[in-house]
Amino acid sequence: MADSMKLKIVAPERIFYEGESSFLEFTTTEGDMGIYPNHIPLTAIIAPGILRIHENDTIKEAALMSGFIEILQDSVTILAESVEWPDEIDANRAKEAEIRARRRIEEGSGIDMNRAELALKRSLVRQRLKHI
Amino acid sequence: MASMRDIKRRRESVASTGQITKAMKLVSTVKLQKAKARAESNKPYFTMLYDTICSVLARTGKIDHRYLKDNGSARKAVLVLTSNRGLAGGYNNNIVKEVAAQFTPEDTDIYALGKKGLEGLSRKGYHIVEDYSEVMNDPLYADAIHIGKNVLASYENGQVGEIYLAYTNFKNTVVQEPKLIKLLPIDVEEIMKDVEIDVLTPMNYEPEADEALDMIIPKYMNNIIYGAFVEAVASENGARMQAMDSATKNAEDMIADLSLKYNRARQGSITQELTEIIAGAEAIS
Repeated sequence: MADSMKLKIVAPERIFYEGESSFLEFTTTEGDMGIYPNHIPLTAIIAPGILRIHENDTIKEAALMSGFIEILQDSVTILAESVEWPDEIDANRAKEAEIRARRRIEEGSGIDMNRAELALKRSLVRQRLKHI
Repeated sequence: MASMRDIKRRRESVASTGQITKAMKLVSTVKLQKAKARAESNKPYFTMLYDTICSVLARTGKIDHRYLKDNGSARKAVLVLTSNRGLAGGYNNNIVKEVAAQFTPEDTDIYALGKKGLEGLSRKGYHIVEDYSEVMNDPLYADAIHIGKNVLASYENGQVGEIYLAYTNFKNTVVQEPKLIKLLPIDVEEIMKDVEIDVLTPMNYEPEADEALDMIIPKYMNNIIYGAFVEAVASENGARMQAMDSATKNAEDMIADLSLKYNRARQGSITQELTEIIAGAEAIS
């Protein structure tokens, strides 16, 4: 049994990551997921969350906001609309975004509710990644 | 024959215009390189996204999805990508002509990206719904998401039945061609024509396939829009580079021509002066 899988993360403007991974954690619209190599083929939609790439003993983390993931037996491809390494995140901006989103949710104006909640989730993910 | 002073003034003015066009050419050359690099870096994402769409569609077969079939509305939305500045040869005009040839003003909603296209089409009587011209100065992926969401909303609530995208395809530095593509509803047969996927590998979807399509298709649309942005910017600069190159050449030709005329006029006036002096001297002696 193979103990690692090929991982490729592609963002619109660049190839974000290309390498091997032995265990992968991420968040989908259906909940948090962790996958080992030899997983059954699966396509899932990404929800805002922290992506953890386990490779041997090191763990790389990134903020993965949206996109989808295609899992095949020995390879995983993530098409990310938005993905950032911790050092690309501006903590102050994330904090501001959180405050803005909270305010909008409190005002509670119908249609923008989903957007505000999503913005809040994104800002929280960014901050969580920054503080670790 | 124009006087020497007139010719000289004319030559100077042509020379300074030539300097400007030369500078503009250099600027668009640099911008073109940048735009080309951006278009290149979007390629892997686009290809993979396209493959995913194809494989989802191939595996699920003909499913009844709202993004894949007619929604009954006769109105069409067209995203028109042009530039905000002129002096780019036929670049803007070609797009306007293409749109005017394919759509009638009565049942078309124009989403203008670029002032030149907006002006050209509103003069022809098209209805401009939104103006996103600012975007074309420096297109970002976030802009594509934002615009994609807006057009999709008007498709979902039945305002428009079809969404098109008119932009200039960047073939190479010399050739750019106006292109019109249909974004929604997606033509499944068109996509299936050129895919080779082994449908045998089973694939699970989480959530279900049609829900997955619900999420993937808008992303696919956003990406096509973004791809068109970068192509359009590259084409704009390519077209401007060419236009400015030929303008500079024309200026050089004119300067050569005017210099010749100027020298002739100078020679002529010297000859005339000489004849006058000789004639005067002969009259005295």
